[in-house]
Amino acid sequence: MAAISERAFFYLRRAPAERLPPPAARAGALGWLRVNLFSSPANIALTLLCGVGIVWAVPPLLRFFLTDAVWSGSDRAACLAAPEHPMPGACWPFVRVWFSYFVYGFYPTGERWRVDLFFVALAFGVAWLLWLSAPRRDIGALYFFVVLPILSFVLLHGAPLIGLSVVPTALWGGVLVTVIVATVGIVFSLPLGILLALARRSDLPVVRLAAVMFIEFVRGVPLITVLFMASVMLPLFVPEALAPDKLVRALVGVALFASAYMAEVVRGGLAAVPRGQYEAAQALGLTYWRTVGLVILPQALRVTLPNIVNTFIGLFKDTTLVFIVGIFDFLRTIEAARADPHWAAPTTSVTGYAVAALFYFVCCYGMSRYARGVEARLARAGRR
Amino acid sequence: MAERPNDARAAAPPAEVAVEVAGLHKWYGDFHVLRDINLKVARGERIVICGPSGGGKSTLLRCINRLEDWQRGRIVVDGVELTDDPKRILAVRRDVGMVFQQFNLFPHLTVLENCTLAPIWVRHMPKRAAEALAMDYLARVKIPDQANKYPARLSGGQQQRVAIARALCMNPNIMLFDEPTSALDPEMVKEVLDTMVELAADGITMLVVSHEMRFARQVADRVIFMDEGQIVEIGEPESFFDHPQHERARLFLQQILH
Repeated sequence: MAAISERAFFYLRRAPAERLPPPAARAGALGWLRVNLFSSPANIALTLLCGVGIVWAVPPLLRFFLTDAVWSGSDRAACLAAPEHPMPGACWPFVRVWFSYFVYGFYPTGERWRVDLFFVALAFGVAWLLWLSAPRRDIGALYFFVVLPILSFVLLHGAPLIGLSVVPTALWGGVLVTVIVATVGIVFSLPLGILLALARRSDLPVVRLAAVMFIEFVRGVPLITVLFMASVMLPLFVPEALAPDKLVRALVGVALFASAYMAEVVRGGLAAVPRGQYEAAQALGLTYWRTVGLVILPQALRVTLPNIVNTFIGLFKDTTLVFIVGIFDFLRTIEAARADPHWAAPTTSVTGYAVAALFYFVCCYGMSRYARGVEARLARAGRR
Repeated sequence: MAERPNDARAAAPPAEVAVEVAGLHKWYGDFHVLRDINLKVARGERIVICGPSGGGKSTLLRCINRLEDWQRGRIVVDGVELTDDPKRILAVRRDVGMVFQQFNLFPHLTVLENCTLAPIWVRHMPKRAAEALAMDYLARVKIPDQANKYPARLSGGQQQRVAIARALCMNPNIMLFDEPTSALDPEMVKEVLDTMVELAADGITMLVVSHEMRFARQVADRVIFMDEGQIVEIGEPESFFDHPQHERARLFLQQILH
């Protein structure tokens, strides 16, 4: 009691307390290791466990895919076990020989430059749109959403008028189809999802009911069912001549399916925007659509960006399901190629699947990294 | 704010009565939140509305720009009767500025963009002109140097002054203030009230929900006391604060003055 009253019961500061720099962190690699990897018994145990896992998993993978892998050859013989080669690794010549099939499917060899041109045009548009400080992004958007679809159709489908022969979609395949399905799905699902999410929050009961029914129905049905319905049941109701192309039907199915999920993701973002934001915008005399477009959506999408990208990644991988209606996407081309008796070897399938895994991983991880970059940028802007 | 340029209102001479509320009733479910409100606010008049919380003050204010709707009665703002017609609602909202307790600035836009949003998208002003206008008003509320910051970087008092500037950028004839200082730290209340006092001196019609008695005495033409959804007493500030007539008002003033 005495100590307290002496020190703080009455007090008047006469000199300001010194402003000090923060204490220096323990520096050096050893300091870092100690703080991050060996700070407590549990941490030490986890560190050791992870170390064991790495030692157990990584060397065999490196051995299979690199050091023991077969790099040259013209048929299965190269990839089979031989006395000088008792445990052959990945069969890379198989991938090299079938590579163009993985990319183009059955697209006629002489016309494949059209697909290459499409890839270049698409990459250009994507880069323009995603590079946030690119010049004239409005023209970029115009290019991506108007010019590119027309250009792609002319290039890929063909236009006899300008000397491009028609290539029916049944011949399309591989990466080409995967990229088309994923791009169309992503590009359509976001705006459709936003509209559905807004409709679900609408004041008009009919609009709300329609949105809820659509979203709940689509979410309650597997994608495979949606694809089956689009490809098998539609022709039962629509005369064959009027029925759209098989690929188009699958595209519509994927886009509608993804938009139902996107709607729920966007709805979460919309719910995170405080009511006061609507009121402030409305009090300024902004119409509903301007309130939504200028005030609500920019905030809602920002909050929910990680979830949106998560949905895109899921959609990208779901595109593999279009094989069920007879479309040769990338994974299906690998499936087909690995059955080739010319290359039948114990390692062929594993090699093919490894290529597929690498392709999907690179694409999905790329999306994830890009989204994190945008998030970081938005966070910086918010703090400015 | 000597000039009020360029819009449709210039065609018709402004009505002498800025806001007219007649026989207004509103219910939230079974709860009768506004009961028989009758009020005429003359052009240029400054009105302070006070009363215990839950008395319907904010609700009444929010009816005037139709952020809330009502079940009975009518409200006429600058000669435009508010109905369900979205055109009328928008016309009134363009004419009536509002400042909220929680500021409600748009966090994804800079201070300047907050102020230019409505002039550009509602009044269709060119961006340059809107920015010049916004800088004018930001200078008037004494924070032109913060124009390119995001709202989160500003103090509460600064944010509220931005909110006032944002509303003024629409050149409103009427300003509504819904407890503009209640969410502020004590040392920031004065800067916001000073801004409002200056605004009052310009002759704009103001309806302010507030318990700031000094502000009310200094600025208000009339003080309205509301309780349980009714207007209980209307008087000049001096007579109301010094000699409230109604028992309920006397009790309330005792409570807040200790």
